Amino acid sequence: MTGDFDLYMKFLPYLYAMVFLLLTVILSIAVGAVSIPLADIWRVLTNRPPQVVTQAATIILALRLPRTALVLLTGAALGGSGAAYQGLFRNPLADPYLIGVASGAGLGAVLAMNAHWPYTFWGLLAVPGAAFLGALLTVLLVYSLARIGKTVPTTNLILAGVAFSSFATALTSFLMLRSTGELRQAIAWLLGGSTQAGWGPVLTILPYLAIGMGILLLSGHALNLLQFGDDQAQQLGLPVMRTRALILLAASLATAAAVSFSGIIGFIGLIVPHVMRLWFGADYRRLVPLSLLGGAAALLLSDVLARVVIAPQELPLGIVTALFGVPFFLWVLRRSKNQGYW
Amino acid sequence: MLKIENLTVFYGARRVLQDVSLEVQSGQVLALIGPNGAGKSTLVRAVSGVIPAQAGKVQVDGANLLALPAMQRARYLAVVPQAVAMPPAFSAWETVLLGRTPYLNFLGQISEKDEQIARLALQRVDALDLAERRVGELSGGEQQRVLLARALAQSTPILLLDEPTVHLDLQHQVNLMETVCSLAHSDHLAVLVALHDLNLAAIYADRVALLVAGEVKAAGTAREVLTPELISAAYHLPVRVVAHPFADAPWVLPDSN
Repeated sequence: MTGDFDLYMKFLPYLYAMVFLLLTVILSIAVGAVSIPLADIWRVLTNRPPQVVTQAATIILALRLPRTALVLLTGAALGGSGAAYQGLFRNPLADPYLIGVASGAGLGAVLAMNAHWPYTFWGLLAVPGAAFLGALLTVLLVYSLARIGKTVPTTNLILAGVAFSSFATALTSFLMLRSTGELRQAIAWLLGGSTQAGWGPVLTILPYLAIGMGILLLSGHALNLLQFGDDQAQQLGLPVMRTRALILLAASLATAAAVSFSGIIGFIGLIVPHVMRLWFGADYRRLVPLSLLGGAAALLLSDVLARVVIAPQELPLGIVTALFGVPFFLWVLRRSKNQGYW
Repeated sequence: MLKIENLTVFYGARRVLQDVSLEVQSGQVLALIGPNGAGKSTLVRAVSGVIPAQAGKVQVDGANLLALPAMQRARYLAVVPQAVAMPPAFSAWETVLLGRTPYLNFLGQISEKDEQIARLALQRVDALDLAERRVGELSGGEQQRVLLARALAQSTPILLLDEPTVHLDLQHQVNLMETVCSLAHSDHLAVLVALHDLNLAAIYADRVALLVAGEVKAAGTAREVLTPELISAAYHLPVRVVAHPFADAPWVLPDSN
C-alpha cells in the first residue's frame, strides 16, 4: 500500500515541522532587545564581510545563537520525552511533570547548585548529572509507590506522581529560600528561563540529550506495540520489561537535561505530542521525531514571545508556556472524551 | 505440533495450573473448556510466556518455547486475545503489520514482503476492506478478525486463541470458528482455543480438553469429554447430553428441572 503519493505523504509532516522549526530559529536569532535584519544575520552566519556588522555579530554569536540552541534542545527533549511518557503509560495526560520526573530533576539540580560547585565545565556537568539522578530516583519511587502486585495502574501512577511532584517542588523552594545569595536567579531558573549565557550549558547537556533522544528516536515501534498492552506486546515478540525500562531511562535522561539549565517549563511535553497526534496520526515511529521537532519549534516560539511581550523586560519562559498551554490542555481534555485520535 | 508438558503455575502462593499436559497436532483444533476461573486464560498466558511457569515445558519442533527470548518465541506461537481495549487510533492495517514484529530489525522497518504477508492475512479472514479503518470504529466481530489476521501475519505454526467468541453475537461466533478451523486444516496450524461455549467446542473442535481448578480432567474427542458425568461435576450443574439434531456432535443442555 505504498505509492509515490503515500511516500510523499509520509515525509510531508517532517517537511512541515522542519520548515516551522527553521522559521522559529530565524525568529529567535532576529528578535530581542535589538532587532537584527535578516540580511545581517545571513552575513554574520556566512561570515562576510565581518567588520561591517560587528555589533550584530557580537549579539548573534555570543547571545542569540547559544540561547537559541539551548531553547531548541530543551524543547526537543520535552516534546520527545512527553510523547514517550504518553506512549509508555498509555495515558494522554502523562508528561514529565505529571509523573513528577521534572520536579525530581529540578530538586536534583538545585541540590547540585547548592553544593557551590565552581562554574567550570565539569562543575556545570554535575548539574544535569544531579538532575538525571533526581529524575531517575523519582521514576523509581513513583513507580514502586504506584505498584500493586505486578501491575502499575495508571491512575495510581499519576496520583503518586502529582503528590511527589508537590513534595519535591516544596523541598526545592525551601532549599532556594535557604540560599539567600542567589535567590532571585534561582527563582528565575525555577520559573523557566534560559538566562545562562554562552555555550557552556549547551555543551554540558548535549551528551545527556544525545543518548536520551537517540534511544527515544529508535523506540517508535516498541511504543506502538505497547499501546496494545504488555501481554500482547510480549506475545508479538517485544521483551516488555527491558524495553519499558530503557524507554523510561531515555525519557528521564532527556527530561533531566532539559530541566537542568532551563528550569521547570510545563506543558510543552503535553501539548506538542497531542498536536502532532491530531495532525499526523498515532504512529509512534512518526510521533516521536515529530514531537522532538515540534517541541523545539514550540519552545523557541514561546521564548520569542517571552522576549517581546513586556520588552525590554523578559517574561519567564515557564509563564509563557503555561499561559498558552493551560487553555490548550483544557481543550484537549474536553476533546479526548469523544474523539478517536488517541 | 504443540506439546505442553507438566505445566505448573502459581500466582503467589496459589496454584492456578497443576501439572497440565496437552498435545495439539498440526492441522488440528483443540478446544480448551472449563468453568470460570479454571485457568484457561492462565494457560494461554503461561504458554505464550507472558507469565512465568514454575515447572513444565512447551515444546514446538523440539524447542522449549519457555526458554526462548520473546522475539524468537513469537516466531513459533501467535496469540489472538479478546478484542477489548484496543488502541482506537490505529488502523486495521497498522495493527496487522505489528504481527510482523518478530521478523523486523530494531528500527521496525517494514519490507515489501511484510506488507504482502499482512495483506494476505487480512484476505484470509475476509477483512481486506477494513484495512484503512480505525480499530476504534470497528465492531467487535471486525476487531476480532483483525486480531486473527495479526496473528496469521506472525507466520507461526501454533495459534492460541483466548475466548475469542466471548463478545460476539451468534453470526460472528460461527464465522470466526469456521475461519479458524479452515485455517487450521488448510495451513496445518496447531490451534488451541479456549472456549466458553461447550456446543461451539463440540461442533468445531477436533479434540476437547476439560480444565477444572487448574487440572486437565479429560482430553479426547468431543464425545469422550462432553459426557453428563464429567460436565456435571466440572460445572456443578446437572446437564444432559443428547445427539445434536443435525450436526455430528454431542449437544450439552442444562438439566434445570
